Amino acid sequence: MLSDTDGGVDARRHPEEPDAVPEPPRHPEEPDAVPEPPVLEAADVTMHFTVRGGLGRTSTVKALEHASLRLRRGRIVALVGESGSGKTTLARLFALMYTPTSGEIRLRGEPVGPRRGRAAREYYSEVQMVFQDPFASLNSMHTVRHNLARALRIHGRAGRDDIEERMHALLERVSLTPTRDFIGKLPHELSGGQRQRVAIARALAVGPKVVLGDEPISMLDVSMRLDILNLLARLRDEEDLALLYITHDIAGARYLAEEIHVMYAGQMVEGGPTEEIIQNPQHPYTRLLLGASPDPARTLTPGGSSVFADVEDSGEPPNLTDPPPGCRFHPRCPFATDSCRRAFPARTELPTGQWVHCWLYPSGAST
Amino acid sequence: MPGDHGETPPTARGNTGETPPTAHGITGETPPTARGITGETLLDVRGLTVEYVSEQGSVRACDDVSFTVRRGEILGVAGESGSGKSTLITALTRLERPPAVTTAGEILFRPRGAAKPVDLVGLLERDLRKLRWRDMAIVLQSAMNALNPVMRLEAQFTDVLREHDCTLSRRTARERTAELLTLVGLTAGQANRYPHELSGGTRQRATIALALACGPDLVVMDEPTTAVDVVMQRQILANLLRLRERLAFAVVFVTHDLSLLVELADRIAIMYAGRIVEIGTAADLYHHPRHPYTEGLRASFPPLREPVRRLSGIPGSPPDLRDPPPGCAFHPRCPQRFAPCDSVLPVLGPVGDQQVACLLHTGGPTLGHARKERTDDALGH
Ligand SMILES: Nc1ncnc2c1ncn2[C@@H]1O[C@H](COP(=O)(O)OP(=O)(O)OP(=O)(O)O)[C@@H](O)[C@H]1O
Ligand SMILES: Nc1ncnc2c1ncn2[C@@H]1O[C@H](COP(=O)(O)OP(=O)(O)OP(=O)(O)O)[C@@H](O)[C@H]1O
Ligand code: SF4
Ligand code: SF4
Ligand SMILES: [Mg+2]
Ligand SMILES: [Mg+2]
Repeated sequence: MLSDTDGGVDARRHPEEPDAVPEPPRHPEEPDAVPEPPVLEAADVTMHFTVRGGLGRTSTVKALEHASLRLRRGRIVALVGESGSGKTTLARLFALMYTPTSGEIRLRGEPVGPRRGRAAREYYSEVQMVFQDPFASLNSMHTVRHNLARALRIHGRAGRDDIEERMHALLERVSLTPTRDFIGKLPHELSGGQRQRVAIARALAVGPKVVLGDEPISMLDVSMRLDILNLLARLRDEEDLALLYITHDIAGARYLAEEIHVMYAGQMVEGGPTEEIIQNPQHPYTRLLLGASPDPARTLTPGGSSVFADVEDSGEPPNLTDPPPGCRFHPRCPFATDSCRRAFPARTELPTGQWVHCWLYPSGAST
Repeated sequence: MPGDHGETPPTARGNTGETPPTAHGITGETPPTARGITGETLLDVRGLTVEYVSEQGSVRACDDVSFTVRRGEILGVAGESGSGKSTLITALTRLERPPAVTTAGEILFRPRGAAKPVDLVGLLERDLRKLRWRDMAIVLQSAMNALNPVMRLEAQFTDVLREHDCTLSRRTARERTAELLTLVGLTAGQANRYPHELSGGTRQRATIALALACGPDLVVMDEPTTAVDVVMQRQILANLLRLRERLAFAVVFVTHDLSLLVELADRIAIMYAGRIVEIGTAADLYHHPRHPYTEGLRASFPPLREPVRRLSGIPGSPPDLRDPPPGCAFHPRCPQRFAPCDSVLPVLGPVGDQQVACLLHTGGPTLGHARKERTDDALGH
C-alpha cells in the first residue's frame, strides 16, 4: 500500500516536476554501490558539556555520544530528532565551534582540529553554516551589498572590479531577482524568506563545498518554506554541494534529502536511504516519530484510521545530565530488555542500506 | 460569587441562579452522546472586525470575520504568521487590550443552560469574568503565560475552581485537581510542583487541565502545541480528543500547521490577511480546496508517506496589513487571478458545502462575465 514510490525511481529528484531538466540519476541507492569518499565526516564524535550549577557544583551534559555521519558531494543528509537530541551540537562540531570530547571531524579524510586565523578561514571557505534565524548570520545594520561584499572580501573571492558583478551573481543564484531591487536593502526590509535567501547567498559567497543548515526554514512562513527547500535542492544539483539539513519536520526531510539520520537523546539511532526510513522504519523511536508526524493522507483516505486513536503516552526524553544507561530510549521503549539497560547496541547494517542501533537487531545478523 | 444573583445584566445569560447539570461534570459519568456534536450553535461570530489603532493609522487584523461553532465541534483556524489568528482568539475571549479595538461585529455565545445567546462584544468585564473558565477557557502557546510561576499547580487549580464555585471545600478542590491532572496524563503528585519544574509538554498539559477545570463549553486554543515536540504534541492532542468525546466541549484551535488540523479538526477555516477565505470540513478542504490560497497552502506541506512530487509553496510573501493590497488581498500572489481581483473585494459565500471568498467562485451578479476572461499576463508579475 505504501510502496507507490518504489520501482527504482529516485524520488529525491522529484520526477513529476513539470519543468525539470532531465538528468541522469547520479546517486544510485543500492547499498553495494561504491560511494565516493565523504567531503566532511564526523567519526565517532562525543560531546560532553561541563556546566556550572549553583554553589560551585558542576555537572556534565552528555549531549552527543559516538556519532558518525558522512556528507558527500551533491547529496543532502537530513538529521532529525526531537528537541535536545543533539542535532545542533553535531552541526556545531562540524563548524568547529566546539572541540569534541572524543572522536574527530575529517575534511576529505584529514582530521581537523581547532583552528584560528588563516587556517580557520581556509576551513570556512569550504564549510559554511546557515542558521534558523537569518539575522544570526547577517549584519542587520548593513545592506545586503555590504553583507555579501564582506563575505566575498574576507575569503579573497573577489577583487575591486568584479565584486559588484559577483554580488549580483550570488543574488541570482538564490533567485533574488531582479537583483538590483535587493542589493541595497537592509535585512529588516526583506520578508523572512528573502532574508534567508540572503543568508544562503552569503554562505555561498565563499564557494563552500559543504553547507550545514540548522533548521533553515523553521522560522519562515509556511507558504515560503518550500521555496527555500527547492533552492537547496537546486544548489545540491547545480553546484554539487554537500548539505546537512537539520529539522524537526520529517516530511520536509523526506522531501529534500537522500538520506535521513535519526537522533534520540544524543544517540544516533537509525539512518539510511530516505524512502527506507520513511516506509520501513526499524528502530522503535523512528517508528514513534513517524507515527506522531502529521499525515493527512492517513486519516482522510477511505479506510484510514484516526491516528489519534491508538496513541499511548510514552513519556518524555531524558535529562542529559543523568541519561539512562545503555540505550537512552529504553524507559520509553515497549521492547526494552536487560541488554538495553546495560549497553548501547552496536550498529547493525540491514540489507536495505539502513543501519540501526537497537538490540532487536543483533549485530552481525546481516553482515 | 454571591453577587451572581439578583442583578442580572441585560445581555447576560439567564441562568445565573441554576447550576447547569454538567458544570464541573468532569468527575461525572460520560454524557450519553459520546461525541457531543449536535446541530446546536454554541458560538456565532458575525462580521467581527478588530483593528490595532495607532497614530500612523490602523491595522485591520480581523476583517469581517464570520463563522459558527457547534457544540462539541473542533473548528481549526489555519493561517500564516500575521494573518490575524491571535487577534481573533483574544477578541473571542475578550482578552483584547489596546491598541486592539473591536470596531464591528458580534460574538454570540450560548453556553449550556442559557436561554438565549449573549453578545460577548460589549459585555461588562464583570460579566465576562463569570463566563471565563466556567463557560469558556483559553490555552495559549506558552503555558507559562497561563500559569503563575510562583504558585504550585494545586494552588492555581484550587483558586480557579473555588472562584467559580465558592461552595467547594478546599478538600474537594484538591481532589478535583488531582482528578483533572490525571485526566491529562499527569500524576496527582505533580500538583505540588511549580510550573518551572515541569517540562514544556507537561506544563502545556497542566494548562489544558486548568482550562477544563470548570467544565467549559468552549476551549479556545492558540498554537497550544507549537512549542512541544511532535511526539508530545500527538500525545497531548490524542488526549484532547478523548476528553472531547467524554466531556463534549467545543474547541477553536488556531495554528499555522494545516496538516495537523486536517487530522484534528472537524471543520477548518483558512485565514489570510485578516479575513477568512475558506471554511469547510477537513476532508473537503483537503481533497477539494476551492480558494487558490488554500490550494497553495495545502501544497506547502510535503506528504509524509504518499509519493513525493515537486511542490512549490506560494510565490511572494503575505501582505503588510498596514497597507493591504486592494481587492482580494491574495491577488499579488494568486496564480489564478483575473481582471477584477485587484479591485473587487471577494466576500465569503457558499460554494457546495464549503464557504469561499474568491471571485472565481463567488463573483456576484456583476462579475459573471469576468470569470471567462482571465488575463494571462496577470501571471507574469
Ligand atoms: N553549549 C552548551 N552547553 C551546555 N549544554 C549544551 C550546550 N549546547 C547544547 N547543550 C545541551 O545539549 C543537548 C543537545 O542540544 P542541541 O542544541 O544539540 O539539541 P538539538 O537537537 O539541536 O535541539 P533543538 O531541536 O531544540 O534545536 C541539550 O540538552 C542542550 O541543553
Ligand atoms: N499590539 C499590536 N499593535 C499593532 N499591530 C499589531 C499588534 N499585534 C498584532 N498586530 C498586527 O496584527 C496582525 C495580525 O497579528 P496576529 O498576532 O493576530 O497574527 P497571527 O496570525 O497570530 O500570527 P502568528 O502566526 O505570527 O502568531 C499583524 O499584521 C500584526 O503586525
Ligand atoms: S535497544 Fe532496546 S530499548 Fe533501545 S530501542 Fe532497541 S529494543 Fe528499545
Ligand atoms: S479573488 Fe482573484 S486573486 Fe483572489 S483568490 Fe480568487 S482568483 Fe485569486
Ligand atoms: Mg538545534
Ligand atoms: Mg499568533
